[in-house]
Amino acid sequence: MGKKLLTEHFGVQGIQQLQVYKQHGGYASLEKALKKTPDEIVNEVMTSGLRGRGGAGFPTGRKWSFIDKKSGKPRYLVCNADESEPGTFKDRYLMEVNPHLLIEGMIISSFALGAHLSYIYIRGELLYVYHILEKAIAEAYEAGYLGKNILGTGYDLELYCHPGGGAYICGEETALIESLEGKRGNPRIKPPFPAISGLYNNPTVVNNVESIATVPAIIAMGGEEYAKIGIGHSKGTKLISACGHIKKPGIYEIELGLPVEEFIYSDEYCGGIRGGRKLKAVVAGGSSVPILPAELILKTEKGEPRLMSYESLSDGGFTSGTMLGSGGFIVMDETTSIVKNLFNFTRFYHHESCGQCSPCREGTAWMEKILHRILHGHGTLKDVDLLWTLQKNIDGKTICPLGDAAAWPVASAIRHFRSEFEDFVQHPEKHLDVKHYFNQIEKKELA
Amino acid sequence: MENKQHIEFSADALALAKKLMGRYPEGKHKSAIIPILHIAQSEFGGWLSPQGMDYVAKIMDLQPIEVYEVASFYSMFNLQPVGKCVIEVCRTGPCWLMGAEDIVNHIESKLNIKVGETTSDGMFTLKTVECLAACGGAPMMQVAEKYHEDLTFAKVDTILNDYQNNTKTPISHWSKDKIKP
Ligand SMILES: Cc1cc2nc3c(=O)[nH]c(=O)nc-3n(C[C@H](O)[C@H](O)[C@H](O)COP(=O)(O)O)c2cc1C
Ligand code: SF4
Ligand code: FES
Repeated sequence: MGKKLLTEHFGVQGIQQLQVYKQHGGYASLEKALKKTPDEIVNEVMTSGLRGRGGAGFPTGRKWSFIDKKSGKPRYLVCNADESEPGTFKDRYLMEVNPHLLIEGMIISSFALGAHLSYIYIRGELLYVYHILEKAIAEAYEAGYLGKNILGTGYDLELYCHPGGGAYICGEETALIESLEGKRGNPRIKPPFPAISGLYNNPTVVNNVESIATVPAIIAMGGEEYAKIGIGHSKGTKLISACGHIKKPGIYEIELGLPVEEFIYSDEYCGGIRGGRKLKAVVAGGSSVPILPAELILKTEKGEPRLMSYESLSDGGFTSGTMLGSGGFIVMDETTSIVKNLFNFTRFYHHESCGQCSPCREGTAWMEKILHRILHGHGTLKDVDLLWTLQKNIDGKTICPLGDAAAWPVASAIRHFRSEFEDFVQHPEKHLDVKHYFNQIEKKELA
Repeated sequence: MENKQHIEFSADALALAKKLMGRYPEGKHKSAIIPILHIAQSEFGGWLSPQGMDYVAKIMDLQPIEVYEVASFYSMFNLQPVGKCVIEVCRTGPCWLMGAEDIVNHIESKLNIKVGETTSDGMFTLKTVECLAACGGAPMMQVAEKYHEDLTFAKVDTILNDYQNNTKTPISHWSKDKIKP
């Protein structure tokens, strides 16, 4: 059993209530943190080696150290609770089950950044979680953890929850800021980075729910202790949301460095593949990261066991590796059609492109059209090459990383499963037997 | 289907809107546009007409275009009338892997409508949506604000029958009973 820092109290009855949360050590980290200076907290987080859990893995302490304190402008902390990367559902559970953990993290982090106004931007569909958070925030105000002169320290903080309107792109931090300002979620050109000019053109830090919820544990145990968990530059524990063709889909808190094979097959985690089928492929970090075939997800190209860590998953670059990303672990068994799956993902990115840059707007539309053509039996071998060219013309040529996120699944699917695409266009009748875009689920599994 | 809308917030909803506008710094109350559009949508029968959006612009002291361009960008805002119960089935990869398309087909034939349509009694509208952060419970759907996970045909039938028989009051997002200033 690995260490549990985020999910330790998931099973506690009533942990959503401040009283119960406190009985289990809640808000002790806040009291401890308020006795330190903001810079000491930033250093503690830097020492911990915590990396952003939203997808990019940027060191949290370093991000905090960039915030502009010189200009004297108001500073903001915005929590990214937009969670919409397909395959990712950890932040939702975290907020639903233990809302005070996030709130405590928000207060400590805001104090470290010198922010007096902070927001939790939560995707609008999660209305019920919004209500849970609002209730918990109200309790925290009542207890004197929020508002004016928090616990008599003279520090003031207002914390609010803010719902989105349904748009994947608002998970991108500058789109999220635009959306929070009451506009369409069009990403901004960087630089300037939010740390200099973010919300209302003031210095802003945007952090993922899980990143912020980890801060109380770092304060409690100290950055150095935290950094002892994990492996290499992948410190601490990480929530992995596992889904797809596994026996036990769900959220697992792992110590970074766990072997992928153990994660997929051991009963403590995914419990193996449903129906005893064979593993075909895995998308390890949310739909945006490259897909890997079974042999490359279990072992690196060099034949070393692949581990659940930032470094190991990206070993081999995009030729034979992938990314830890958001921790959305999508498992596909041998019945899965990679072509059909790619069509679905590409359709998703086309649907969610904000439309600002032509390579992304037009490129995702083209890729969807070509895949649609292939799926309906009208594809040619040239289409496979065309897809390859199209994704190349998007990658790295757009304002925000959604363009790359749309290109990588296409590139990796063709790279690792080219023969499947070729077979599809040459013998479509073999693949067209169902009206389904996906492998037909055995009826008994749904009935 | 409710085509005639009463375009005015209840006193409670108006108070809530005012309160939400106060959550942003001086002069930045435009930030409250999405939360207030959610309220408007539930006040106005589940969708936003041009008149409804004009009303939001008025109470927020914004230009109507500022409201239209936001409402048209986000997928949760319905710019056409919808039924009392909006069924939103997730169609993204992880759910699709687990049979979301079968669920959609099942609902289509059960209600005798296609995706995007509303039943003739104005009870149900069927939509497909993108990943709702519940992939571990795939296939899944959202009805009003409620998540229904690990769907089977039988489960879907029970859920829809419950709404149909009014044993559960159909509610839209940001339902009125939740609006308490
Ligand atoms: C298209 C797109 C969608 C994203 N969606 C999310 C999201 O839903 N949640 C999230 O925390 N980060 C998301 N991110 C990453 C954010 O831009 C940002 O890096 C992150 O919130 C920073 O927090 P962290 O450093 O704590 O990870 C997304 C990025 C892109 C390009
Ligand atoms: S890459 Fe796509 S989503 Fe990002 S800004 Fe450009 S068009 Fe919008
Ligand atoms: S794919 Fe359906 S909830 Fe994520």
